[in-house]
Amino acid sequence: MPKVDFWQGNKAIAMGGIAAGCRFFGGYPITPSTEIAEVMAEELPRLGGKFIQMEDEIAGIAATIGASLTGAKAMTATSGPGFSLKQEHLGYAYIAEIPLVAVDIMRGGPSTGLPTKVSQADVMQARWGTHGDHGTIAYAPSSIQESFELTVKAFNMAERFRQPVLIMSDEIIGHMREKIVIPDSVETVDRKRPTVAPDKFVPYLADPSDDVPPMAAFGDGYRWHVTGLTSNDWGFPTNNTEEIDKKAQRIIRKVDRFRNDIVEYQEEGTEDAEVLVVSYGCVSRSALRAVRELRAKGMKVGHLRPITLWPFPDVEIEALASKVKRILVPELNAGQMVLEVERAVHGKAEVISKPLINGELFKPAQLMAAIEEVA
Amino acid sequence: MPREDVMPWLRTQFMPHIWCPGCGHGIIMHAIIRTLATLGKKPEETVLSSGIGCSSRMPGYINACTLHTTHGRSLGFATGVKLAKPELTIVNVMGDGDCSAIGGNHFIHACRRNIDITAVVMNNNIYGMTGGQASPTTPQGAFASTTPYGAIDPPFDLCNLAIGAGATFVARATIAQPQLCETLIRKGIENKGFSVVEIVTHCHTQFGRKNKRSRPIDNFNFFKDNSVMKAKADTMSAEELKGKIVIGELMHREGEEYTHRYQQLIERVRG
Amino acid sequence: MDSLAKKFSVLINKKWCKGCGLCIAICPKKVLELDSKVKCEAVRTDDCIGCRQCENICPDFAVTVKEREEDA
Repeated sequence: MPKVDFWQGNKAIAMGGIAAGCRFFGGYPITPSTEIAEVMAEELPRLGGKFIQMEDEIAGIAATIGASLTGAKAMTATSGPGFSLKQEHLGYAYIAEIPLVAVDIMRGGPSTGLPTKVSQADVMQARWGTHGDHGTIAYAPSSIQESFELTVKAFNMAERFRQPVLIMSDEIIGHMREKIVIPDSVETVDRKRPTVAPDKFVPYLADPSDDVPPMAAFGDGYRWHVTGLTSNDWGFPTNNTEEIDKKAQRIIRKVDRFRNDIVEYQEEGTEDAEVLVVSYGCVSRSALRAVRELRAKGMKVGHLRPITLWPFPDVEIEALASKVKRILVPELNAGQMVLEVERAVHGKAEVISKPLINGELFKPAQLMAAIEEVA
Repeated sequence: MPREDVMPWLRTQFMPHIWCPGCGHGIIMHAIIRTLATLGKKPEETVLSSGIGCSSRMPGYINACTLHTTHGRSLGFATGVKLAKPELTIVNVMGDGDCSAIGGNHFIHACRRNIDITAVVMNNNIYGMTGGQASPTTPQGAFASTTPYGAIDPPFDLCNLAIGAGATFVARATIAQPQLCETLIRKGIENKGFSVVEIVTHCHTQFGRKNKRSRPIDNFNFFKDNSVMKAKADTMSAEELKGKIVIGELMHREGEEYTHRYQQLIERVRG
Repeated sequence: MDSLAKKFSVLINKKWCKGCGLCIAICPKKVLELDSKVKCEAVRTDDCIGCRQCENICPDFAVTVKEREEDA
């Protein structure tokens, strides 16, 4: 019998993680994400899990990676400045193929910026923040319910693809409180474990069917080498051109080839839309209100909400671009995901960026005016 | 060749290792794996972690669970491994720059937490792998590629730092005393808490070449001539101790180990 | 009395030896020298007292000191 409760978004992320099997959290306090750490500090030991507040953001994700190497589902959480600090280790987890979930509750930036005010200005950083090439999976919840459910999904994706998965929430969703229906249980995915004996184990030899190598755990009888250097199937550093290319391509391909399994979005009113609004996270709440009110007045306006920011629903938006005249992209940044929309659309429709970078959220009335202006 | 019980700890397919002829790191690696073999540790339950630098290449040669991380951050990773699976033995090897410059914060907090990890700091007073830049342990006046006129920075005393920050076992040896290295590393591993074993070693290629110690043996002799056992050092004045390397067990005290404490917390709050 | 002293062999793995010279400099009995290929070689093995300083100091795991089996 599912329970109904009234939770803060950050709490829902923590509890979603726990429901997914997270039993390790390594983090550091930073507004507006700190509540995730606080909930984990309280809940994890009750379940035999481990919480540690590390000395800085970088150590927070380092500890998370270390724990994941022992087989634990592990998580870290932060906001802008900490997200910047964590980039090197996100790259480490990408190249060494270590599952983890990293949460960024976006706030005003750059730098210290606006600790208690909202932005969506880290969304490109989510894709490109760490140096080097890798695939990215990033979710943008727009409600407390989604904060819970997408965190479960993030863990499952991390286990499936053996890499970090990001939750790009924001100060509004993170700090607001809303009804949540807590399921009795959730479907979970566990990383593939090796089936061969330790002496036959080739740590980074992937099954061609999914490009993901089975992952051993430290202490489970397997000995292997983990490094941030580009390595061969044995996990040892290599300067061999073919081995380098093989590794570099595989870590991108393993996500790319399953793009259709990963991409998530929601459409409303797009069947006959002439104007399309594309928005995500907290903005989509105002945008949907605006779209619904305008539709009620007879305007042919629709909305597409990316739920995965990465992979971006580019194919789906391109299909809509053939049918609509204009696409409006309101964001709480100077225009970031709009670049993806423009890229996706290939000129088939006019794309208009609607930035807001004053620390506030669009009111539905503001968006109604903006939509009417471009219609 | 290593002893029979030590050989299985070596990834012999990668020998000879990449370190320069005469580099002290190989001496220290042998001391570490002799210790692990002597203690009867199981390689599949032992983690060797490291950061970045010549020292940090060590885990790649050791046939255990090896974790080569990022510059200065190995103790953060090791803390996560140990907290998640406290039954694992963790030896964390670092260079002087890796440990005390970029890694300084993680070093002092691992000391403070007294988490059961043995940190072996291979202090050759230089950033060797990147071509010989000064580190926080480069002596004043020494020449390095970023101190072409002689270093003006005062250097760290890594052991004092560890003692001040709370480590429960702190010791120092040099590569001129390989047996002492082995003894202290063993005691460090046996200590249920954060142990710091500083091994003063040489980079004759980068540091030595610029500072009149360009042959491995020059460095060995320098360490041998300037090492003073702690008991003797305690009777010497600050003036007499200038330029000396105090070796032996410097601190051994009681302290509650971190993962043990967390386990007690779990038992206390578990429903 | 010489016949009661233990005898030792000093084996050098020339594949791993890098000719750094530490063992040669350290040996109290001058048992070791560099050969023509700049690898270590035991040239006065009978003088070896089995102190194992060479074995301990070799950074490349290339030196093994073994007690020689003596005939009765």
